[in-house]
This record gives sequence, structure tokens and C-alpha cells, in this order.
Amino acid sequence: MSEMHSIRDFGLAWLDASGEYADIVLSTRVRLARNLQGHAFGPRARLNDRTAVLNQVHSVSSRVELVRTADIQELRKLDARSRRILLERRLASIDLMGDSGSPPAPGTAVVLALDRPVSIMVNEEDHLRLQTLLSGLRLREAWNLLDSLDEELGEELPYAYHHEFGFLTSCPTNVGTGLRASVLMHLPALVLTKEIVKVLQGLSQVGLTYRGLYGEGSEVVGNFFQLSNQTTLGKSEEDLVDHLDRIVRQVIQYEIHARQVLLRDAPSVTEDKIWRAYGLLRYARSLSFEDLMNLLSGVRLGTSLKLLPGLRVYSLNKIMVFAQPAHLEEAAGRDLSSAESDVHRATLVRRILSTEGVVTPGEDSHDGNGAPEASG
Amino acid sequence: MKCENCDSDNAVIHLTQIVDDEMKTLHLCDRCAAEKGLETSTVPMNLPLTDFLANMGPEERSPAEEMPTRSCSFCALTLAEFKKAGRLGCPHCWSSFEEQLRGLLRRIHGGSQHVGKVYLSPDSSVSEREKRLDALRRKLQRAVELEEFERAANLRDEIRATEPVA
Repeated sequence: MSEMHSIRDFGLAWLDASGEYADIVLSTRVRLARNLQGHAFGPRARLNDRTAVLNQVHSVSSRVELVRTADIQELRKLDARSRRILLERRLASIDLMGDSGSPPAPGTAVVLALDRPVSIMVNEEDHLRLQTLLSGLRLREAWNLLDSLDEELGEELPYAYHHEFGFLTSCPTNVGTGLRASVLMHLPALVLTKEIVKVLQGLSQVGLTYRGLYGEGSEVVGNFFQLSNQTTLGKSEEDLVDHLDRIVRQVIQYEIHARQVLLRDAPSVTEDKIWRAYGLLRYARSLSFEDLMNLLSGVRLGTSLKLLPGLRVYSLNKIMVFAQPAHLEEAAGRDLSSAESDVHRATLVRRILSTEGVVTPGEDSHDGNGAPEASG
Repeated sequence: MKCENCDSDNAVIHLTQIVDDEMKTLHLCDRCAAEKGLETSTVPMNLPLTDFLANMGPEERSPAEEMPTRSCSFCALTLAEFKKAGRLGCPHCWSSFEEQLRGLLRRIHGGSQHVGKVYLSPDSSVSEREKRLDALRRKLQRAVELEEFERAANLRDEIRATEPVA
């Protein structure tokens, strides 16, 4: 438990719903893949390569301003639940965890800056994966922050770089800039109106791709789509980031338009869907994570459309993270069976909705117009 | 399922529409759907990397085919192993298989020349230094345009530090 303490509150700044379009864009992430000269990487890396890479990170971190106060958490030294918490907070990838059942490979670690939204995965597919995670749509800000970290780190560590191919990576799909910028978007109206098919088709034509909530290989749940650049070579980092920004803004406009269409052509169906979702979340006694994500999608849409006064996007973001299995177990202080987990999840959601999102339209005839009540 | 338009037995398109606040689902066969002007193609799957690699066919990429046992002098990864797993073993692999990789990069990224940040290791040549300066100056110009003055000041310092001492 002692080692858990340092990551208990870490890396949740992206939940605060502070960025642009925070109701539609949950978070912006930029990551850079970097490798060090003279060491094998990925599955080819031997024990001494992995150890040497981690040691180099250890020895230079105090000289790199952005990670000077960072915690370096070696995955092998964390208990299984803490590792899953890192995964659920999107600070570690499924790849970094290694095969389930066996302990993580030696040298795999996460560098967690305590005062900045930056972190580094060590000894994943590449030696280093630098990343920043911000709330809302803030691509340029995220890139600038990560660029600074990269510049500082690159002065201390000998990056593998090729005059023609750029920054060298284990997988040829990441070479060049090593940059993957992604934006996690909530697109329920495009899904409801089935317009999403066209949008997703269009993405591949403009060099973008999409994934589910947990990145590569994960499914789309709760109408969340992670849009990102497909190619990493042949364009500057700024061009890649700006291009994604332009397309994301366009998709936001499509989503807003689809919402207007829903409200115009099917107001009662839409409202009913939203209120049913809210009712279930507010009173259910057992919720699977998938149930939760689908209902949360309706409630998020309702909040965004101001149909559920008093409910904040921040509360919904918080539910999304803290209702994940490892977070529930951490709160309960013990392992939970799947059925227990569903009960704990429903309890958490009821508690947050009853204290932070007071929604009682129609019944509050005393003030006549359903004014939003103060939220806690 | 029967097509609602022509009564044939293969309705494969199910169109959900909201008309006058009421949800309706139309079941149509391919032909009737096309007549109504509906887009029926599905989302194209992302081509996995191994397919790209498999497509490094013998006629175009003969060096790869002839030398599957050719290996990286640093980590001993063979070309055949790379084609199977889609992952390189170390930075040196990029030089060992340079020719094959260049062709692959053209297919994946549409080219093989990196145009982003230029990295300088201590033993970098003069021309690489020039390239980095160019990249930094582009960044500075952009930062000024976007009125990111703190960033611009940092970039200016970096340019000064990179420039050869006169």
C-alpha cells in the first residue's frame, strides 16, 4: 500500500473538464516514441538493455526540469491493483503491463511528474514513450509541453536518430516524428443519427484513424472515439497536430449539428433517452462497466444540451475513472468479484449523482422554470 | 428477412430514421437500397502492418526475398523475423535493412524523408546542424505568429546556442 500512496491522486488533471469543448472532447493526448542509441528495444531487448535504459532515465531525471520531481515507479515493485490503476488512468498501456498472469518485465516503469501533466513509459515497445494528457481540446498546448520535455531529455539522453528516417522506433508505423496525437471525443448524436459511419470513413481519407477508449486494440464503448494521426513520417510535428486539430473541430461541428437535428426532429425521444439513462444511473443497485458507459453517454449528452441542470461534466468524468474495476477495489480496500464490483459501482454512481448533480425538473413547480440548483 | 420494397427475401440494409418524432426502421435488399441512394459500403478496416510486409512482393522487393536470413549486425534480427513480427530489434536494424525499409515506409507513410524535429547528437555534422537551425527558425516564426512569446524567447535562445560561433 505504501507505494500506492504516491499515485493515488496522480494524473487526473485531464478530468477537470477545463479545456475547450470539454463536454464533447474528454481529453487531448500527445505522445512521442523515442529510443536510445546502443540498446535493443521491444521484444529484442535483453535484461541488460532494459536495465541500462531505466538506469539512464534515473540518472538524468533530476537534471530535466519537467520531471525533476517525478516519481519513477517500477512496475515489478507495484502490486497488481496499482498497476491496473495506472492502466485505468491511461498512464500505462496494456503493452507495458506484459502478459497477464506473469509479473511485468524487469525495467518496465512509469515516470510520473507530480506537478505537470506529463509522464514517460519506460521499456514499452520503444525505450521511451513521452506523453501528456490534458482536459478538453488543447492540442497545441499539449504539443508545446511535450516538445519542451523532449528537448530537455534529448540533451541528456542519446536518442536514436537517422538523417533520413528521423527518430527511430521499433515499429515502422511510428518512425520519423514518433508522434501520435489523439483526441478522445464523445459523439452520441453522430452515432444515433448513424452519421458516424461517414465521419469514420472520411477519417482514413484525411490520414487519420480512430480507436476505442483504451487506445490501440480497444473497442468503442459509450460512444467515445479516440481520433489520431495515422502517419508519423513526412510531415512536421506542428503540421500533424494542426491537421488533427482542424479535423477534430470539423467533427465537433458535425456532432453539434446532429444534436440540433435530434432536438428538432425527435425532441421527446431524445429527452426520454437522456432521462431514462439518468434515472437508471441515479437509482440502479448494480451496474456493469459497459452498462455504466452506455448510460453515462446519454447523461453526458443531456448535460451538454443543458437538459439535466445542475449536473457537471466534471462529475461525469470522475465517475468514468473511479467506477473502473481497480479503482473500485482500491476504494473498497480489497479485491471484488465481478458481481460485487457491479454493486460497488452502482453505489459510487448514486453517491456522486446525489451529492453533485441535483436534477429535479418538472417537480420543482415552486420556482416554475426548473432553474439549475447549486451543485456541491 | 423480407425487403419492404420488393418483397425479395434478402433484406440486408436496416435503415433507422426518425420521422415526426417517431423512430422507424426500414428493411431493404441491396438493390432497393441502392435505388434509394443509400450508401451501403462498410467502414474499411485498417490494413495491419503484417499485410504490408507480406506485400513486399518478390518482383518489387527482390533483395528481401533473396536474403531472408540477412541479419542485423548489432541485434542479429533477421529480415524474415522482422517480416513476421513487424517490429525491429534495435536502432541499428534501420541501417542494416535500410533499402527494404525505405520501400516499406513509402507504402505506409507515402515517403521516407523525415521533415520534423532535427536531433543533434554531440558528433553531428555541419549540415545536420544547419537542418536543425532551419527547423528551429520555422518553429520560432510560428510561435511569433501565434503570439506564444515565452516559447519564442526559449526558441531564440536555443537558436543562439546552436548557431556556430562567429
